[in-house]
Amino acid sequence: MNKSRKLRILIAKPGLDGHDRGARVIARAFRDAGFEVVYTGCHQTPEQIVSTAIQEDVDLIGLSILSGAHAYSFPRVIELLKENNAEDITVIGGGIFPLEDIPVLKEAGIKEIFEPGTKLHEICAWVDQNVKPRQAMVA
Amino acid sequence: MGIVDQILAGDVRATARVLRDIDDQVPTIHPILKQLYPHTGKAFIIGFTGSPGVGKSTLVDQLTIHYRKQGLTVGILAVDPTSPFTGGAILGDRIRMQRHFLDDGVFIRSLATRGHFGGLTKSTNDMINVLDAMGKDIILVETVGVGQDEVEIANSAHTTVLVTIPGMGDEVQAIKAGIMEIGNIFVVNKADREGSRKTIRELMNLIELGLRHQGQNGWEPPIIQTEAIKSRGIEELGEAIQKHRDFLLANDKSNLRDVLVKRARTQLLEVLKEEALRTLMKRIETRGIALDTLVDQIVEKSTDPYSVVQDLLNNELP
Repeated sequence: MNKSRKLRILIAKPGLDGHDRGARVIARAFRDAGFEVVYTGCHQTPEQIVSTAIQEDVDLIGLSILSGAHAYSFPRVIELLKENNAEDITVIGGGIFPLEDIPVLKEAGIKEIFEPGTKLHEICAWVDQNVKPRQAMVA
Repeated sequence: MGIVDQILAGDVRATARVLRDIDDQVPTIHPILKQLYPHTGKAFIIGFTGSPGVGKSTLVDQLTIHYRKQGLTVGILAVDPTSPFTGGAILGDRIRMQRHFLDDGVFIRSLATRGHFGGLTKSTNDMINVLDAMGKDIILVETVGVGQDEVEIANSAHTTVLVTIPGMGDEVQAIKAGIMEIGNIFVVNKADREGSRKTIRELMNLIELGLRHQGQNGWEPPIIQTEAIKSRGIEELGEAIQKHRDFLLANDKSNLRDVLVKRARTQLLEVLKEEALRTLMKRIETRGIALDTLVDQIVEKSTDPYSVVQDLLNNELP
């Protein structure tokens, strides 16, 4: 409807690892694709991530993790979104995952997992195709 | 419950969504803003401006702690730049504010300039009104990192805090027009750095000269030294803001009225411009002409920008 409707994305790093280069690279790639990217830094709890996503009214949350705590934090983000009636926000993940964990995460509601080696433009194209800015509110 | 009632009840999701629609200038937002407007006017609005990297976000974070200790609720609008090439943006002001993410009494929204000049965004004033209506006691507005001429914040905030750091230029910078004239309070952040005393001396000269020439109706802008990252000087800054607030409320609120008049005038002109543009664009559309066609005609010199606009204003078909 509105051409100026802009996609808003939250890039968040749950867990205790401090390696946020990947998160910053993807934030930059999304910026260059014309999206508005909120970046909140390292060491975020799922609670902080969901609260930020709601206040910032994002369409997409990208979770970046290298520490191995995805098995807890990713499904927890989905759970909290549901509790807050915000399950319309799409969640994707990136980082290092044991192969057998990926179907489990998708089962839990993570829309897509991007592993090391994925091209940035592939991720941007995926977002373009799968995530749309939501409709306007009416009084 | 309708969206307006949800906002008045302080609902975070509803507020967040309406802020998005304001930002995207969705036409259906005006009826909502209209209904919220009577509920505005309770919040105290404090603006923070200054060059990139002087510590605006960290000061906002620290002042939020200050106000939360007093039991006041806080709304934060933080502006970062939009890429002029891709239209994208990285909004990173929240990184300094992590400790407030789980506090129900704090609402933070990151905004991108989206090509707007002046330090704020096109719709910051509407957003301030929404946070006001949702019941926030204090609204902290952080401008994009500014240079010399982005003075919009002074027309939006009750109190404008100009943040600088030691070693940001010589005496000539300080006597130039623009940004240095709008501070109700000056903060020298990172005050432990070399050159701090010199910066303060220059600011004192600037303020004194300013007072001699125009004055601020009896308000003498104080200079506060802070080291925001170590929470130093925050209480003093809080006191200075309170003093300015008292000043606005003194003399039967006559100074406050000046601020309110400035805000209302700014907002009226903003809405007027936006609606005038929308209406005229619509006229072009109804005539079945593409904007690009008019542009082409101007390039070919078969018409000129002034005649096109005059025709549109007179609503005469070409």
